Amino acid sequence: MRIVIQNGTVIDPASNLNAQRDILIENGTVRTIEKPGAFHKTEAEVIDANGLIVAPGFVDIHVHLREPGYEYKETVLTGTQSAVAGGFTSVACMANTNPVNDNGSVTRYIIERAREASLARVFPIGALSKGLKGEELALFGEMVDAGAVAISDDGRPVMDANLMRRALEYCSMLNVPVSVHEEDLHLAGGGVMNEGPTALRLGLRGIPNAAEDVMIARDITLARLTGGRVHIAHLSTRGAVALVRQAKAEGLPVTAEAAPHHFTLTEDAVDGYNTNAKMAPPLRLAEDVAAVKEGLRDGTIDAIATDHAPHHRDEKEVEFDQAANGIVGLETALPLTMKLVDAGALSLAEAVRKLTTNPARIFGLSCGTLSTGVPADVTIFDPARPWRVEATKLQSKGKNSPFDKWELNGKVMMTLVGGRVVYNAKAGR
Amino acid sequence: MFTQPHLLGLEGVSKDDLLFLLDTAESFREISEREVKKVPTLRGKTVINLFYESSTRTRTSFEIAAKRLSADAINITASASSVTKGETLLDTARNLIAMRPAAIVIRHPSSGAPHFLARVVDCPVINAGDGTHEHPTQALLDLLTIRERKGKLAGLTVAIVGDILHSRVARSNVLALTTLGAKVRLVGPRTLLPPECGAFGATLHTDLRSGLVGADVIMALRLQLERQARNFFPSVEEYSRRFCITPAALAEAQPDVSIMHPGPMNRGIEIDSRVADGPYSVILDQVTNGVAVRMAILFLLTTRGKDVREEE
Repeated sequence: MRIVIQNGTVIDPASNLNAQRDILIENGTVRTIEKPGAFHKTEAEVIDANGLIVAPGFVDIHVHLREPGYEYKETVLTGTQSAVAGGFTSVACMANTNPVNDNGSVTRYIIERAREASLARVFPIGALSKGLKGEELALFGEMVDAGAVAISDDGRPVMDANLMRRALEYCSMLNVPVSVHEEDLHLAGGGVMNEGPTALRLGLRGIPNAAEDVMIARDITLARLTGGRVHIAHLSTRGAVALVRQAKAEGLPVTAEAAPHHFTLTEDAVDGYNTNAKMAPPLRLAEDVAAVKEGLRDGTIDAIATDHAPHHRDEKEVEFDQAANGIVGLETALPLTMKLVDAGALSLAEAVRKLTTNPARIFGLSCGTLSTGVPADVTIFDPARPWRVEATKLQSKGKNSPFDKWELNGKVMMTLVGGRVVYNAKAGR
Repeated sequence: MFTQPHLLGLEGVSKDDLLFLLDTAESFREISEREVKKVPTLRGKTVINLFYESSTRTRTSFEIAAKRLSADAINITASASSVTKGETLLDTARNLIAMRPAAIVIRHPSSGAPHFLARVVDCPVINAGDGTHEHPTQALLDLLTIRERKGKLAGLTVAIVGDILHSRVARSNVLALTTLGAKVRLVGPRTLLPPECGAFGATLHTDLRSGLVGADVIMALRLQLERQARNFFPSVEEYSRRFCITPAALAEAQPDVSIMHPGPMNRGIEIDSRVADGPYSVILDQVTNGVAVRMAILFLLTTRGKDVREEE
């Protein structure tokens, strides 16, 4: 089985390639990448990528697939349908399922479900604590042996600093990073949005930037103590960006990701008690959004990750303080990232880097690059194509997007996993 | 003319609209002075009072207002705490609307619940207090009371004292008072008076005496005693020593100062009984004006200002 992707601009940040190239795929593997016209098209399926960008399949190291336990929100199948529609060929899914992914059996179950779905590659993230309770270490070794690629209690900040210390020490032995959701629950004080003028006006309890910053400062300190790899999930404050920048300057093993909503929206989106603008960490102020963009630009923030968090309609069509946290993100990540590119905050190649090789490297995944011999995970996209987001038409079961009805530029046209077309915009799937 | 479909809050309500609401309320005050305290204005219309929080004053006031306009007033007391076994607000709204009410009055512990309700029903929604957000009819009755006493609102100095952070009464009042040209001082401990409050166009004072200097009106807020458990202040006694409106504290204010309180009062905590029951107190006038304000709001929203008697 031979496939030639021709006439596209191939961007492979890992090999600093950004040029017109044709790609020959054989038996699901990238055989070779050559100047246009190098390949005989005979006995090959030809994909014409004229005017399009051909990139390594995107890698999202922060999604919630909800299975097992919350299949009414999302399943591994629908979540990976959403992933490939958004150009993501690999996703790492958080452990807050039911039962919690805190042991090898659940890890294996998720991997098995992903095999059945056979769309995007799914890399489970194991829980940090048993039952996400923040008390005892989860079964790290067993989960890593079963295929877990990182450890996280995402959604449940680890308030016990000593537990975090031991997790970092143990994970450094297993050579997996710990992804941390940074929010001091005492400072957050049951808040439901950013603390600031909007919260005061709307009469909603606020979460100060300090709730995030103090935890990041703590975990950077613990990275220094233990040598364990700390990956800061979805940072949202200017203070967080500054702390990570400082840690990196010191050479500590600290990496960071930002979610598209945190570099696109401010707390203003909450106005009118919009529950699709409710998430943790919350949407912040314009100064914070600017700092996150600058962090992406100067390399402080390594990766873009969506924190794709599907919920059922009934969990969002309620009073604001009772609404579930989080939004779906897989299918809007590319065009929101393209807004940064269009605004000059990020070059296209840098944007692709933060969607591919960088997140792959953080989690030690071999994907995220296009070079001879790697599995042909490829995303072909039109960086300028305009389209209108229709939440009801998203592939995800979750329709909870604050970007519903937004006119955006940048569309995924085709997604291949292991040389197989798993999404084709023209075919609708 | 007040053209908004609902009364969700006083944020963004213009000066002209506020004055129109007050003038309309004033015209309704007379009905409650009559021997027969009833007019047929809303005959055949149903007003639903949907209360998810306990309330005596506000619920009774709305009920009396509806009845004096000849509307049928129905009280529903729901428990918001039983979210798991109870039905959702969305379902409740759908059920109520199927019964064709002319208006729904809602009190709810969640800020924004009336806004949510307004999006899903097809009748006017009146906010009777939502979480720590707004309490627009309370502020309107406060304004009416102040205007009655002082003959004006513009240029007055109004000190609001207490738990500003969590007070829906303070929010609605500061928004409306500043719109109408009054000078507002917000007074309270730093923990309950975040600096962002300055955005309301008020000045902030953590010292009671300095906050009361020259005040024409002092509005004491009810202290929710459970705030102590969340460490907003060390003890009720300490709070009281610093922020209770005492006769001594009044010495700083204008000689004809008016004392207000939205009720229910914690006597001896935020307000001294000698002040609450003293010659400057207009606390019971507030209650009387509350009925007039709610009659005006029910009338304007359910008839769009068109008196049915004119049609008949």
